[in-house]
Amino acid sequence: MATEIEQPASAHVGLSKVAVSDTHGEDSPYFAGWKAYDENPYDELSNPSGVIQMGLAENQVSFDLLEEYLEKHAEASSWGKGVSGFRENALFQDYHGLQSFRKAMASFMEQIRGGSAKFDPERVVLTAGATAANELLTFILADPGDALLVPTPYYPGLDRDLRWRTGVKIVPIHCHSSNNFQITPQALEAAYNDAEAMNIKVRGVLITNPSNPLGATIQRSTLEEILDFVTRKNIHLVSDEIYSGSVFSSSEFISVAEVLEARQYKDSERVHIVYSLSKDLGLPGFRVGTIYSYNDKVVATARRMSSFTLISSQTQHLLASMLSDKKFTENYIKTNRERLRKRYEMIIEGLRSSGIECLKGNAGLFCWMNLSPLLQNQTREGELALWNPMLHEVKLNISPGSSCHCSEPGWFRVCFANMSEQALQVALKRIHNFMEQIRERDGNLVISSQ
Amino acid sequence: MTRTRFALTGTSEQDTKLTTTSSRGEGGTVMRIIVPLQGVVQGRGGLFLGSVIPCALFYFLQLYLKRHRSAPSTPPPPPKDAAASSYQPSSSEGQLPEVSVLSRSFSRIHPSPKSPGGPAYVSSRVNLVLKGGDSPYDIGLRKVSEDPYHEAGNPDGVIQLGLAENKLSLDLVRDWLAENAREAMLGGGRNGEELNIDGIASYQPFDGLMELKVAVAEFMSQVMEKAVSFNPSQIVLTAGATPAIEILSFCLADTGNAFLVPTPYYPCFDRDVKWRTGVEIIPVPCRSGDNFSLSITALDRAFNQAKKRGTKVRGIIISNPSNPVGNLLNRETLYGLLDFAREKNIHIVSNEIFAGSTHGNKEFVSMAEIIDLEDFDRNRVHIVYGLSKDLSLPGFRVGVIYSFNENVLAAAKKLTRFSSISAPSQRLLISMLSDTKFIQQFIDINRGRLRGMYVKFVAGLKQLGIECIKSNGGFYCWADMRGLIRSYSEKGELELWDKLLNVAKVNVTPGSSCHCIEPGWFRFCFTTLTQKDIPVVMERIRKISETCKYPS
Repeated sequence: MATEIEQPASAHVGLSKVAVSDTHGEDSPYFAGWKAYDENPYDELSNPSGVIQMGLAENQVSFDLLEEYLEKHAEASSWGKGVSGFRENALFQDYHGLQSFRKAMASFMEQIRGGSAKFDPERVVLTAGATAANELLTFILADPGDALLVPTPYYPGLDRDLRWRTGVKIVPIHCHSSNNFQITPQALEAAYNDAEAMNIKVRGVLITNPSNPLGATIQRSTLEEILDFVTRKNIHLVSDEIYSGSVFSSSEFISVAEVLEARQYKDSERVHIVYSLSKDLGLPGFRVGTIYSYNDKVVATARRMSSFTLISSQTQHLLASMLSDKKFTENYIKTNRERLRKRYEMIIEGLRSSGIECLKGNAGLFCWMNLSPLLQNQTREGELALWNPMLHEVKLNISPGSSCHCSEPGWFRVCFANMSEQALQVALKRIHNFMEQIRERDGNLVISSQ
Repeated sequence: MTRTRFALTGTSEQDTKLTTTSSRGEGGTVMRIIVPLQGVVQGRGGLFLGSVIPCALFYFLQLYLKRHRSAPSTPPPPPKDAAASSYQPSSSEGQLPEVSVLSRSFSRIHPSPKSPGGPAYVSSRVNLVLKGGDSPYDIGLRKVSEDPYHEAGNPDGVIQLGLAENKLSLDLVRDWLAENAREAMLGGGRNGEELNIDGIASYQPFDGLMELKVAVAEFMSQVMEKAVSFNPSQIVLTAGATPAIEILSFCLADTGNAFLVPTPYYPCFDRDVKWRTGVEIIPVPCRSGDNFSLSITALDRAFNQAKKRGTKVRGIIISNPSNPVGNLLNRETLYGLLDFAREKNIHIVSNEIFAGSTHGNKEFVSMAEIIDLEDFDRNRVHIVYGLSKDLSLPGFRVGVIYSFNENVLAAAKKLTRFSSISAPSQRLLISMLSDTKFIQQFIDINRGRLRGMYVKFVAGLKQLGIECIKSNGGFYCWADMRGLIRSYSEKGELELWDKLLNVAKVNVTPGSSCHCIEPGWFRFCFTTLTQKDIPVVMERIRKISETCKYPS
């Protein structure tokens, strides 16, 4: 780093509020756990007592399928025949994106939904990841000071993605374990009224379906209710369907696209879908996200704004061939689903045998674990008092519900797809031992606050 | 990208209002004012009456207007609530209809919860973004994509001279990639090793792989002829220079603040700096009399004017080599800039994306070199770079923020999560950039081709009587076509631009898109051509220029 030169305080040149704010949230427990992992990562051979990362929703269970494809299809990673193929590729920086890739994305999204909804490649806008897609939509749908309603618990990253540079607020839609954290019309109305009471204009509702961190799909009736609500209020609906390909059983996921199709797309210009290949295809490093909007103006604007977050043409080319290969994608989707389901069952069983229950889930790369019976204080502090030894003694990085803004303390998100089966077994064993210790130490299931 | 014309129309409307009001006014009062005025004109009453009476008139009229104003006399700025009028939702199979001029809906004035009138609100940015789509810059690009010139296949198509793509040395990059790409990107497959995608599939640091930072630092040093070395830990990588500029804008300025930018400038700065940040650009005009070189006096003037208006200037954005003129900033100017920035306590962003594309005899001096030599306050200097120009790979999206300010680096790093470079492309580039022999060869050959093309192109224009400002770097010629425009105005310039695009079928960038204060200048990019194309281009321009010779 450049050596610091002594300067009088008045010479310090200022930075913006965005630069100095902590809206990036990287000082929260969610990210503190990651730091602990980075400093002492588990490795089966070289560091068997290290921290096991269960806080990162990454899908590594189907890498072999991808590797196999790439081995067999060398031309995917080169540039096809001749000069023109390469020339177009290296120079291509059009914010429309490669048409072949958009077509492939649209068809892949259709396949994931079992053909229950159609997607038009002309409505696909490409971004470098869903993170960028969510932020871009927020820039388009809301002005600084406005708000989006988001059901709790939600992905901690949304605090940063929806709010940091945009200046937009999040007003929570409170959900409760009493009905499995489902979104109710009352909760929607209450959130809207909360915003109004604070003199904040609500511009839309953002849901994640399947939900992160719940690991469960949203029911059709709930989707209908949410659609009716946003129509009544004349606001937008953003459905982040990034885990749509990670549903354990194909019939259980209903996309908002299906609901719209059933309504003949009446009033659909307020709906926008976010998707990405980071979870379903396990390729977060590729930085591939998309906004699919039923609103022409939003598509046109998003496309132009995507200049700030374009996907490498080389990556588009590579994935275009892969995703157009229907045989490959069909097999991948099916196999991936199966493997995730098995992992899910493994972890649920393992936790159950340790006396821990989880929310009934059917999708995603994680489960929503209920440790509230163990809390001495049913408060955020009580939850963190449990999370701390989990991280530093048991050496498992799991995500506390409070960082997901869950209204009830004691819930934790535990990822299961970003490690080998062996590592998962080790993790389950550690949890088992931990629970044993608690029973022995206290005679009853209570954790005392440190 | 488009010049705001509000000021002009506003004034004329206001003038109209004034005349209307005064002619409508109370007859008696008017006569009492006009008669003495007549006296003044005829020499009686002198200077005193001559100055006081118009001032008084003005004052009273303003008072009158204020009291009787029912509608604003200036055209209102785009209303926050502007939304397109209702249209049919497209079926999922249908083509996207062109979004045309937006009409205003009044849904927010007549709220009806049961049946919301009009579509859901979209942010004010939408208008800003979509309106800009009809700028000459965008229209030109569109025309080219609809009807691109091809020597054999479409000889009457539109020739692209408006987009800075370097096609001169693509063959070199292509050949390297054809041989090395797969291995470079995927790694495995050698020595019977299993193909392993973990290194490219998983989450990587958002601000780029360290190996790529090291390789890019080395490349930057190489293209700048080793005059300076770059520290990889001061690098943040982004998906192209476009987000690099935007991220710096977000970090260095708040909404409502401004950057000083010398004109003419790269048209897309308007997008990069302003669209989503709410930050303003204050143009600092440079003139043909000075060969469009930057003057600190002009900067100072612009700074003070901004201050008077209550606008806080947070920094200066310079491009070196400059776009569109192709000037290189000399040491003296760079020192002057640093002094100025220190005096005003503001930042300097130096966009050096064309640093490796110099083709003249002048030496290129990077801000980094000056900082190295002198004990300046480094915290205010930030350099933007990228591989789109010097390495001809705009499709891969590689931009660089190079800063001496720890806090800026820390914030920028976090912001790259919204604009990260695809991992497989990073791997590929690490391999390519590490092939130093290839890179040095590329830099040398490319420079030679650039020089050759520049000389030929400028000579071709000269034969048509069109002179260019002497350029020492970049992909452009900045051509003086003032002799060919019908009226010395933006209108005249755009007429010529239109002729060039639609009759000569050559897409060039009019100076107004670059905010040039003098009409009649045009930007020609010569790197999209082969040598064979030059006579074709010149012939087409010649035809137009013959019909455009106006007496000056």
